[in-house]
Amino acid sequence: MKASTLSKAVTAVMLVGLVLLPLYSSLAGNVFILTLFTRIVILALAAASLNLIMGFGGMMSFGHAAYLGIGGYAVGMLAQEGIGSGWIQFPVALAASAIYALVIGSLSLRTRGVYFIMITLAFAQMAYYVASGLARYGGDDGLTVYKRSDFSGLINLGNRTQFYYLCLACLFGVMLLIWRIVNSRFGLVVQGLRSNEQRMQAIGFPAKRYQLVCFVISGMMCGLAGALLANNTDFISPAVMYWTRSGDLMVMVILGGMGTLFGPVMGAVVFLLLEEFLSQITEYWALIMGPLLLLIVLFGRGGIMGMLGRASRG
Amino acid sequence: MAEPLLRVEKLVRRFGGIVATDNVSLDVASGELHAIIGPNGAGKTTLISQLTGHLEPHSGSVSLAGRDITYLPAYRRCALGLARSFQITSLLLDFTAADNVALAAQAHAGTSFRFFANARKERSLRDAAHAALDRVGLLHRADVLVSRLSHGERRQIELAVALASKPKLLLLDEPMAGLGVTESQGMVKLLQELRKEVSIVLVEHDMPAVFALADRISVLVYGRVIASGDPDAIRANEDVKRAYLGDQHVVTHHG
Repeated sequence: MKASTLSKAVTAVMLVGLVLLPLYSSLAGNVFILTLFTRIVILALAAASLNLIMGFGGMMSFGHAAYLGIGGYAVGMLAQEGIGSGWIQFPVALAASAIYALVIGSLSLRTRGVYFIMITLAFAQMAYYVASGLARYGGDDGLTVYKRSDFSGLINLGNRTQFYYLCLACLFGVMLLIWRIVNSRFGLVVQGLRSNEQRMQAIGFPAKRYQLVCFVISGMMCGLAGALLANNTDFISPAVMYWTRSGDLMVMVILGGMGTLFGPVMGAVVFLLLEEFLSQITEYWALIMGPLLLLIVLFGRGGIMGMLGRASRG
Repeated sequence: MAEPLLRVEKLVRRFGGIVATDNVSLDVASGELHAIIGPNGAGKTTLISQLTGHLEPHSGSVSLAGRDITYLPAYRRCALGLARSFQITSLLLDFTAADNVALAAQAHAGTSFRFFANARKERSLRDAAHAALDRVGLLHRADVLVSRLSHGERRQIELAVALASKPKLLLLDEPMAGLGVTESQGMVKLLQELRKEVSIVLVEHDMPAVFALADRISVLVYGRVIASGDPDAIRANEDVKRAYLGDQHVVTHHG
């Protein structure tokens, strides 16, 4: 699908806006907006990773928030044990996510459709309860991260602006990676499997291996988001793995446009801004948010990206 | 006699009490176009599915160029040189015609665990795709999404996809299904060209096409091969006449 001019323009504005945001924040003296957007960028990264398997790979994972928790707990638990170096914490977060994805993927990819959704959900809930049972690491109450990951003076995660740009660089890096993957040999096979698995088998592709590798890549990307998230909130608790958080990530992807490169980022921005501002207006913000999302999903086929595409075609 | 390209021996497949493939044996020599015909419900599709690896037989064996492939999964058979087309068109609808064919070429050209280089810019894959599309006369539609192509064009793409894997043996499951008269004639002409390059097993209902194309014909009735021979022998065979003209009325206007 070719991106329309309008969606290109809106994407460009959004990206430039994200880059310039700290400037605005310091000029306007608005610290809050920088904190808010750090969170948005991190969750956009998570949504983009989910989009890789869901939008491009056709694998409807309903347990993606598990990786946020795994990445986050890798940082939190290591910090608790006195290992504060980001050079250790982040690779451990990625490795743990990869191992989890490998195990969960090789089990759940035996199933298809609704069963796949349910089994990924079930595993994520298991991860949630395991984390709740970690008495040493706060159990239900979660774990405070007293010191942010230390990158030996290269970058200071305690500095809001530096941390924001680290998150943004991670997001852009992952987007670049996804873009390359999607157009590569591997990416075409994965998308072909989404489109018609029987045909792909018949021309000589063993489906499961490609899907599993894609599942692991996506999991690692989301694990990175988790490690950043724990640094952002200085706190990690089982709540980040709860199934509603997985649902939020799915909504961001669908809202922005499944299977488009920048759709999930846009979905995350719109979703989290809506959530933020509606919750300032009323305590019952979910009552407005829910129907609004329903309308967009029901009538805006292809999410925001799809609507922009139709609008520019007239 | 040289080793046949495809050898099917005593293949049996049951569905509950029904024996859908009943001790089927047949050989396809290299360079041959071997047609399999039979009335509806004769077990043609069941047989084809066992040849392609979509269904496992209960007993018997299938071998390709001397190698036992009875229980190999579909993708491994493809790697050994067995390509197929589907009776009901099965393509990647949201991909272009060229992408569909290029993927088939890609499956046979090195690893697909390459994550960075743009696959659509790989000269060799694109060239292979264009050559196969040209072969079936659809080069001018290369960059059109398959979902926008007509039924007839999709049947041709099916063939191009099968060709792109450079198969030793082509299994064509009713390539004329749903085609109009002119389109069918085009397809027959195309198959007449292709048979010079590749061995073909053709399952088809279109009798004039089968008799025009086949070197040998095997007739399947109730899961059994009741006759096997060249077109003239089949035309003269009493059992075949009975099967087609008798209590089971089906296609009768061949000859």
